[in-house]
Amino acid sequence: MTNAVLLARPAPRAAPRKACAHCGEALRGTADAEFCCAGCASAHAIIGAAGLGAFYRRLEDRHAQRPVPLETEFAPYVRTTGAGEAELDLLVDGLDCAACVWLLESLLARNPAITRARAHLSTRRLSLRWQGPATDANAHVGLVAALGFRPAPYDAVKVAGDDDREARELLRCLAVAGFAAANVMLLSVAIWSGHDGSMGDATRTLFHFLSAAIALPAIAYAGRPFFRSAVTALSAGRTNMDVPISIGVTLACIVSLHEAWVGQHHAYFDSAVTLLFFLLIGRYLDRRARGRARQAVRALLALSSRSATVIEEGGATVQRRVDQLNVGDILLVAAGERLGADGVVVDGHSAMDAALVSGESVPQSVEPGAKVFAGMVNLGAAVRVQVTAAGKNTLLAEIVRLVEAAERGRSRFVAIADRVARAYAPVVHLTALLTFLGWMVLGGLPWDRALLVATAVLIITCPCALALAVPVVQVVAGTRLLRSGVLLLSPTALERMARIDHVVLDKTGTLTLGRPELVAAVADVEALAEAAAIAANSRHPLAQALARAVPDAAPAEGVIEHPGLGLQRADTRLGSARFCGVASAADDDRSELWFARPDRPPLRFAFADRPRPDARAAIAALKERGLTVELLSGDRPGAVAHAAHEAGIERWQAELSPAAKVGRLGALAAEGRRVLMVGDGLNDAPALAAASASISPATAAEATQNTADAVFQGDALKPVVEIIDVARRADRLVRQNLGLALLYNLSAVPLAILGAVTPLVAAVAMSSSSLLVIGNALRLGTRPQAKEVR
Amino acid sequence: MDSLLILVPAALLLGLIALAAFLWALRNGQYDDPDGAAGRILFDDE
Repeated sequence: MTNAVLLARPAPRAAPRKACAHCGEALRGTADAEFCCAGCASAHAIIGAAGLGAFYRRLEDRHAQRPVPLETEFAPYVRTTGAGEAELDLLVDGLDCAACVWLLESLLARNPAITRARAHLSTRRLSLRWQGPATDANAHVGLVAALGFRPAPYDAVKVAGDDDREARELLRCLAVAGFAAANVMLLSVAIWSGHDGSMGDATRTLFHFLSAAIALPAIAYAGRPFFRSAVTALSAGRTNMDVPISIGVTLACIVSLHEAWVGQHHAYFDSAVTLLFFLLIGRYLDRRARGRARQAVRALLALSSRSATVIEEGGATVQRRVDQLNVGDILLVAAGERLGADGVVVDGHSAMDAALVSGESVPQSVEPGAKVFAGMVNLGAAVRVQVTAAGKNTLLAEIVRLVEAAERGRSRFVAIADRVARAYAPVVHLTALLTFLGWMVLGGLPWDRALLVATAVLIITCPCALALAVPVVQVVAGTRLLRSGVLLLSPTALERMARIDHVVLDKTGTLTLGRPELVAAVADVEALAEAAAIAANSRHPLAQALARAVPDAAPAEGVIEHPGLGLQRADTRLGSARFCGVASAADDDRSELWFARPDRPPLRFAFADRPRPDARAAIAALKERGLTVELLSGDRPGAVAHAAHEAGIERWQAELSPAAKVGRLGALAAEGRRVLMVGDGLNDAPALAAASASISPATAAEATQNTADAVFQGDALKPVVEIIDVARRADRLVRQNLGLALLYNLSAVPLAILGAVTPLVAAVAMSSSSLLVIGNALRLGTRPQAKEVR
Repeated sequence: MDSLLILVPAALLLGLIALAAFLWALRNGQYDDPDGAAGRILFDDE
C-alpha cells in the first residue's frame, strides 16, 4: 500500500470546517493542523504504520473515537493457561462496526506474541491470547486504547458461559423439533389425503410407525426443557404452563402409539411435535430477550470496574482492583478519577463532584480531614485518601442493600402471562378429565376411544398461541425501542410501564444534562474568546464548558496548567478565585472560573447545570398522556425550584435523602398511584427499585442502571415518552393476543369435546392461531414514528 | 408402493444431513457473532 493512500483523509463532508483526521471532531487550531489532539495524531500514526489506513475509508460515515489514557490495570484479570499463554476477555466500548472489528483483529495479529485476537461485534467482546506473562496485559490493551476504543475487563465470562449453554440447548431442541415436525407433517399429509380410501390400511400403519420413529426420539429430546420445568413445578406443589404441555404431549404419544398398534385411523404424532416446535420458538424468543438484557447489565458493570492507585509504605504506587482494597490503604486519587472506596482525605485540596452520591450539583471542596465517599469524582488536584471502608461496607454498598430490599417488594409482580397460565392449567386438566369420563360413562365408548377424544382436548387447548402471545410482542417492542436508543433491562418492564399514572423525576442528570454549562450574560465577548482559547487546553470540566461556549476558539499556545488551581498564560490567569487573587468568591450556588488579566478587573464566569434541551416538551407530552409529574431532588431548594419552573413541573421537593425518596414513593404507592421513577444518581437507586417502574439515562451510575427497567441514551428526555407510548401499545397488543388465543380455545374446545377434532383439524387450528398472534404483534412496527434523537 | 421404501428413507436421510449440519455449525460457534461475520467477509482482502 502506498503512502498516499495511508494518509488519505476521510471523504470530505458537508461541513465546511476542517475535521480531525482520526475522530472527525471539528478542528479549531491553525490551518495546517490535521488532528484535534496528540492522542488522535498517535492513533492515526499507529494505524498508518501498520498499513491499515483503509480503516478510515471503511468507517464510511462513522468516526473513530478520541483516545483516552488507560486507567485500569488489566493484569489481575488475566487467566494463565498452560504453555506460558495468557488469556484476557475485554469488553470494548466503541467496537460497533465491522471496520472496527477488522482494524482490531488485523492490528493485534501483527504482534507475533498474540496468538489469538477475536472481536465479537454482537457482544462488543474481544478475546485475547498471547505468549508471555500476565503483566504484558496493559501493553496489549494499551494498544487498543490508543486507537480510541475504551477497553474494560470482561470478568463475567463464567456467567456468560452458563447463559450461552442454556440458549444453545434451546436452539438445538428447536432444530430437532423443527426437523421432526417437518418430516412427520410430510407423512401426515400423505395419510390425510389417503383418508378417502386411496391408501391401504397396511401403508397407513407403516406411515404411522414411521411417524412414531421420527417423533418419539425428537419429543424425548426437544421436550426436555418443558418436562424439567413441569417436574420442578409439580415437586414444589405448584403448577405452571409446562404441566399441561408435558401431560398433553406425553399422552398424545401414548395414545397415538396405541392407535398405530391397533391399526386405527388417527394418530397425533404431528400435532405433538409441531406443538413442541411452536412452544420452543416462544421459549427461545423469551430467553433471548432476557439474555440480551443480562448482557447489557454485564457490559455496564464491566465498564465501571476500574482499579485504584494504592501508595505503599515505601512510597511506591501499585494498581489494585477496587474490590481488593483494605481499610487503612492510602489511595492516590488523580484528577478526574472516581473514588473506589469511602475514606478520609489525608493530603491535598480539591473539589469533589458528589452528584452521583447525594444528587447535589455543586462540587464540594475537600481538605485534609474531609470525609469522601465511593462514587465521588475528583475534579481538582490529586489528593491522598485513607480508606475507612471498602467493598461491602462502603456507602455505595449500603445503597445497594437498600436497592435489594426494595426490589424484593417488586418481585411480587406477576406477569400477565403467568397469571393467565395459573388459572388456565387446572381448567384444561379438568375439561380433559370430564371429557374422558363423559364419553366412557355416558357415551359408552371403549376406554381407548374416550382417551383419544380427551387427548384431542389436551392438544387443542395446549397454550401454543398463549405461549407466543407475550414473547413475540416483547421482541418487537424491544427491537423498536433499541432503534430509539432505549435498552429494556427487565422482561416485565413494558407491562409495568403501561400501567403507570405518575412520573417522578430526579433533577441532576435526569431533568438536566448533569454537566456544567456557561451561564449566559458575559458582556465582554473579547475576554470570553480569550478565556476560551486558554480553557481549550484543559480537560477540566469547567474549562471544557467554557471552551464549548465559544465554538471556534483555537487553543492558545504557551498555556501552563496548575492542577487544582487553574491555567496560566504569561500574566493571564484562568482558574479558582484563590489562584486569580480574588478575595471573596461570590456565593450563588454556582461553579465558577475567574479570569484575571494584568491591569484589568478580574472577570467571573459562572456555570450551572442546564435542563435537557427537550425537557419542557417531554414534560408537556407526559402530561398530555394523563400522567402527573413530580420532581424529587437531593439538591438545594433554590436550584430545584428553578429547574422545576423551567421544565413546567408544579410539584417538587428538595433536599431529600435516598431514604426520604423511597418514603415519598411509598406514600404515593399507598395512595394507589403507580409510579414511574426516572433518575440517575446513586441516591436514586433505592427509589428506582421501589417504584413500580423505572428508567435511567445511560450516563447514570452503574448501580443505578442495574436497578432500572430501561436505560436511554442521548441528551434528549423524549425517549421516556417513547417508552411509555410503546409500552402502552405493547400492552394493548398482548391483551389482544391473549384474547385471540383464548377465543380460539373457546371455539375449538367444544369441537374437541364432541370428538370432531381429527389430527388434520388440530394441525390447521394450531398453526393458524399461532400465525394470527405473531401477525398481530408485528403491527407494533419496528420503526419509531418520529425521527430518532441520538 | 415399492418406491416408498426407497423415497421415504432417502427424504429422511437428506433431512438428517441438514439437521446434522446445523447442529455442527451451532457447536462450532458459527452463530456466536452474526453481525461481525456479516461485515468480516467484506474486509478479508489483505
